[in-house]
Amino acid sequence: MTLTELLLMMFGAILVENFIFSKFYGCCPFLGVSEKPDTALGMGMAVTFVMTLSGAVTWCVYTFLLVSFELTYLKTIAFILIIAALVQFIEMFLRKYIPALYSALGIYLPLITTNCAVLSAALLSIQNDYGFVETVCFCFASALGFTLAIVVFAGVRVRLRFANPPRAFRGFPLTLLAAGLLAMAFSGFSGMSFR
Amino acid sequence: MSTKYSFGKQIREGLFENNPVLVQLLGMCPTLAVTTSITNALGMGLAATAVLICSNFLISLLRKFIPKQVRIAAYIVIISGFVTAIELLMKAYFYDLYGSLGLFIPLIVVNCIILARAEAFASRNPVIPSIMDGVAMGLGFTFALVLLGAVRELLGAGTLFGFAVLGSRYQPALLFIQPPGAFLTLGLLIAAVQKIRNVMKDKKKAAKQNAQKKSENAGEEEQA
Repeated sequence: MTLTELLLMMFGAILVENFIFSKFYGCCPFLGVSEKPDTALGMGMAVTFVMTLSGAVTWCVYTFLLVSFELTYLKTIAFILIIAALVQFIEMFLRKYIPALYSALGIYLPLITTNCAVLSAALLSIQNDYGFVETVCFCFASALGFTLAIVVFAGVRVRLRFANPPRAFRGFPLTLLAAGLLAMAFSGFSGMSFR
Repeated sequence: MSTKYSFGKQIREGLFENNPVLVQLLGMCPTLAVTTSITNALGMGLAATAVLICSNFLISLLRKFIPKQVRIAAYIVIISGFVTAIELLMKAYFYDLYGSLGLFIPLIVVNCIILARAEAFASRNPVIPSIMDGVAMGLGFTFALVLLGAVRELLGAGTLFGFAVLGSRYQPALLFIQPPGAFLTLGLLIAAVQKIRNVMKDKKKAAKQNAQKKSENAGEEEQA
C-alpha cells in the first residue's frame, strides 16, 4: 500500500465506514457514555489509546503465534484475552507512571474490555489481510471515527436535555431517534468511495 | 428462589417484563446491526441463545470454584469458548447465515446480555434455574430481534423471510434497511414499549387509588 492509499483508507475508516453509523461496532458506549461532551471525549480518547495498542499486539500475536502453530480458529478467544489483559496492564501502568492521564481516562478503561469496537477492529484487520503498519493505521483511524461520532452525538444530547418530548419518548427512545438522524447525515458520506 | 421457583414466570420476565433489549436496553450492537432481515435476526438470536444457555450452565456449575477477583476474565474465557464452537458449527452447517452475520458471530463474546446474565444470575443460582434463565433471556433477545427485523424487512424490502408480502406495487423504503433505519425503528419500538408500560402503570395506580377510596368510603359508612 502506498502512502496515498493508506491515507485514503484512514479517511474512509473515519467517515465513510464509520464504526458507529455504518457498522454499529461499539454502540453500547456510544449510547451509554455520551451524555456530556467531556466524558464522551474521555471515552473516545481511551478507546483510541486501547484500540491502536491492541490492534498492534493482536496482529503480532496472530501473525507470529497463531498462524505458525495453525491455531487461527482460536483467534476470538486469544484476542479477547489479549484485550482484557492489555486494558488491565494499561490501567496499572498509567496509575503508576502517568497519573494525570490516568485521572482523565481511568474510569473508562474497565468499560473498554467489553467494547465490541476494539475486538472488531482487531478482527477486521486480520480479515482484510492488513500488514502491521496498515493495521495500526486502520485501528487508529477507526477509533478516531468512533471518537468523532461520540463527541458529535454528545453535543446533540446536550441540546436534547432541554426538549420536552411526549412521555413515552423520554430517555432512551429520543436518544435513538437523534442517533438515527445523525446516522442519516453520516450516510451522506457513503457516496464517496476510495476503493 | 429455590422454594418458589416458577419457569413460567421466568419466561414471562425474559420475554416481556424484563426483556433484555426492549426494557433493559442491553446488547445494542447486534440488535441494530443484524436486523436487516427477519432471517438474520432469527439466526443471530438463536446463536446468542445457544451461547447464553451453555455459558449460564457452565458458570453456574463452576460458581463455587471461580475466585471472585478473576471472575470476569473466567466468564469471558468460558463465553468465548462457546462462541468459537457456535461459530465453527454455523460455518459448517449454515454457511449463508454465517456469511451474512459476518463479524457479529465472534462479537457475541462481548454481548453485554451474556456477561450480565452470568454476573447477575448464573453466578448466584443453581444449575437448573440458570439454564432456564438462559432460555428465557435468550428467547427475549430473539423475540426483540425478530420483531425489529420483521418491521425493517417489511418496510425496507416489502418481504418477510424473503417472500414478497406487500405485493409488487409497494415501493420499498430503503431507509429502513440502511443503518439510520435501525436507530429510528428501534427508537420507535422502545417508545411503543414505554407507552404500554406507562399505560399499565397508570391503570395499576388508578386501581389502587380506587381501592383506597372504596375502603375509606366503607370506613366512613361504618363510622356513620
